[in-house]
Amino acid sequence: MGKRAAFDEIRGHEGGDAARPEFAALGSWIRDTPPAELNRRQQAAEAAFRQLGITFAVYGEAEAAERIIPFDIVPRVFTAPEWARLSEGLVQRVVAINAFLDDVYGARRIIADGVVPPELILANPQFRPVLAGARPPHGIFAHICGIDLVRTGPEEFFVLEDNARTPSGVSYMLENREAMLRLCPELFELFPVAPVDDYPDALHGTLRSVAPRGRSSNPVCVLLTPGHFNSAFYEHSFLADSMGIELVEAADLVVDDDIVWMKTIEGLVRVDVIYRRLDDDYLDPLVFLPESVLGVPGLVSAYMAGNVTLVNAPGTGIADDKAIYSYMPEIVKYYTGSEAKLPNVETWRCREPDCLRYVLDNLSDLVVKLVDGSGGYGMLVGPTATRHEIECFRAALVAEPHRYIAQPTLALSTVPTLTEQGVAPRHVDFRPFVLSGADGVTIVPGGLTRVALREGSLVVNSSQGGGTKDSLILLDRPQRGGR
Amino acid sequence: MLSRTAASLYWLGRYVERAEFTARLIEATIRLDALSPRPAGMGAWESALAVAAADHGFAATGEGLNPANVARYLTLSNDNPSSIRSCLDSARGNARAVRTALSREAWEAINRAWLGLRDRSSTGGTHATLALVDAVKAETRGFEGALHRMLRNEPSWFISLGAAVERADNTARLIDVKYHLLLPEGEMVGGVMDRDQWTTILHTVSAVTAYRWLYRDGLRPVQVAELLIHRRELPRSLAASVDEVVSHLNLLGKRTGLQGEADRMARARQATMARDSIDRVIAGGLHEYLSAFIVENSALDRAIGKQFRFA
Repeated sequence: MGKRAAFDEIRGHEGGDAARPEFAALGSWIRDTPPAELNRRQQAAEAAFRQLGITFAVYGEAEAAERIIPFDIVPRVFTAPEWARLSEGLVQRVVAINAFLDDVYGARRIIADGVVPPELILANPQFRPVLAGARPPHGIFAHICGIDLVRTGPEEFFVLEDNARTPSGVSYMLENREAMLRLCPELFELFPVAPVDDYPDALHGTLRSVAPRGRSSNPVCVLLTPGHFNSAFYEHSFLADSMGIELVEAADLVVDDDIVWMKTIEGLVRVDVIYRRLDDDYLDPLVFLPESVLGVPGLVSAYMAGNVTLVNAPGTGIADDKAIYSYMPEIVKYYTGSEAKLPNVETWRCREPDCLRYVLDNLSDLVVKLVDGSGGYGMLVGPTATRHEIECFRAALVAEPHRYIAQPTLALSTVPTLTEQGVAPRHVDFRPFVLSGADGVTIVPGGLTRVALREGSLVVNSSQGGGTKDSLILLDRPQRGGR
Repeated sequence: MLSRTAASLYWLGRYVERAEFTARLIEATIRLDALSPRPAGMGAWESALAVAAADHGFAATGEGLNPANVARYLTLSNDNPSSIRSCLDSARGNARAVRTALSREAWEAINRAWLGLRDRSSTGGTHATLALVDAVKAETRGFEGALHRMLRNEPSWFISLGAAVERADNTARLIDVKYHLLLPEGEMVGGVMDRDQWTTILHTVSAVTAYRWLYRDGLRPVQVAELLIHRRELPRSLAASVDEVVSHLNLLGKRTGLQGEADRMARARQATMARDSIDRVIAGGLHEYLSAFIVENSALDRAIGKQFRFA
């Protein structure tokens, strides 16, 4: 990474202790609250999270089977105009994602019109030909998207990833806010903050709105979890609880004559909408991985028959695939008729010989990603990688170039963060959650801010030692009057 | 409600109750041990193992029979399925799988109890053991408190149902073992008694003061048996547990429309108990009576599972 200091979201480009004028009050709060006090509150929050059981499992770590994600007490803040601009871009992007999915599982106009190379869709493992022809209610496939954004300057926001499968993390948005309200009430006196606690209602409304035709008067919605050994189980139970819907496992469901039923103490009850937090591969052993014991045999057939709505629909992985990602600006323009309001990060597709050559020549400056990797696995961060890691990736790239993309190492923005040496800047990203239902697109003003706790680190994934922060969206005007 | 959820809630109730009972048992045994002239105190620990149905399991470990080893086995052992730790592990596992059916307070109480034991590898001396069982009792009381503040509907009824079924089993085992040990074959109930032993039984079901209120003429074994079997005023008596099972089944039946074999068995047992007296029970053989009760209780447990489609 270059020597130029990264943009700090609270303090601006200048560095030093002074906050941007719009965040003066927050700057003083950070400066005037002693680190020991911040530390005390942060520990109180983490103790509360542990007591609540807000834990996640890291695969392959038997010892630390249940850990909490570190929580940072210093919030990240967006002004009202910043949020308005982001929202517009997010709505446009998600509308395009749904139009794209409706198209590739339907008429495939985008291929006929030559916007995206056909093999990139049709030969993509994320594309599920078996699902072609099914159109879920209102043509919505990706009801819940978690769009990962990064920032490099006051006006410079980029989409890093579109998570259109089963994005997680929204429970942190809600629980982090609860913790902040309890531990730092004075912050919310400084400026009016948009509430996030209506997310479960908005989500429940979205689920109900996409029930199958004829089942819409009082649809039965459930949340399907892989079970309590899953790393995100806390979130599954939290969301089901907040919405007042049943949290089911595959063994609780049975499909008969293309209709899905759940086993209750009173017998079988018909299910209309399934918010499934189970990957496509495990969803239905008859269609996808036959050895999956987490799935429900016949579920996909019930979906194809239109008797149950799956949220998100199966097959949405084709929209957030990293190879498709590089075409998102064209895809957005194709379906919405205007330029993408949120730009992509510049991306080299290693499948193209010119790009591959450039990438191989500049490995130590680039971030290289597996097209089908996630969670920070299968990724090379050139500037911080060892010589050996770079050579390993070089060999892998030459052997299977089509499996990789590369991006410049961005100077990700920082936010003041409590560290052992006091408050210091740490790199962050941001995942807002975008809901698409029959009545349009809803974005609850907030999201998940992930922070790389290690100094200089750009990897924010919780599986790689990242933490989270509350994300405050300021309201335009104070809500409460005063004298 | 999902059948799996109902089953988990029921077992959550059973395991919390079992953990609390084991904690009380250890507490009362420590007291008895301290009162008895050595080495007679060892008998207290042997009988504690028998009450917890852990005597064979303990023998299989090959460990020496001494207070520290037995206390550790009953409290922290992973090999003992009814140790406090195993019970809390199972309780938490069930609670975690049905988080959505529990209030936040109820879940936190279970999770806190589990966290409290997680890093303990030794019970320490007598003093530390007492502190540990005290903490477990406090946490399970916290859970009961939270349970009473949950919505009065199926989740809380299934937990309470499980707790009542478990409580009946525990109390029956307690009386059975103690009577066996205290009354050697052929000796009539009401003969020479070991005052400390009887007090220990009352301690285990926290009924020392209750006994004094209900029986003014001093400690008599027959009355202790009557208190623990027939007196509805005592929440841990067999009669009170039997009543509780009936009323929770009633509530569930009214809400879900599901009534059946379990209701029939529970009501029949309640009616029989109402007609019975302690003299008749003892005349017919207390041990036989209690054995039959324990067998009946597990038949009821199976009927509940069938009625609500637990499997």
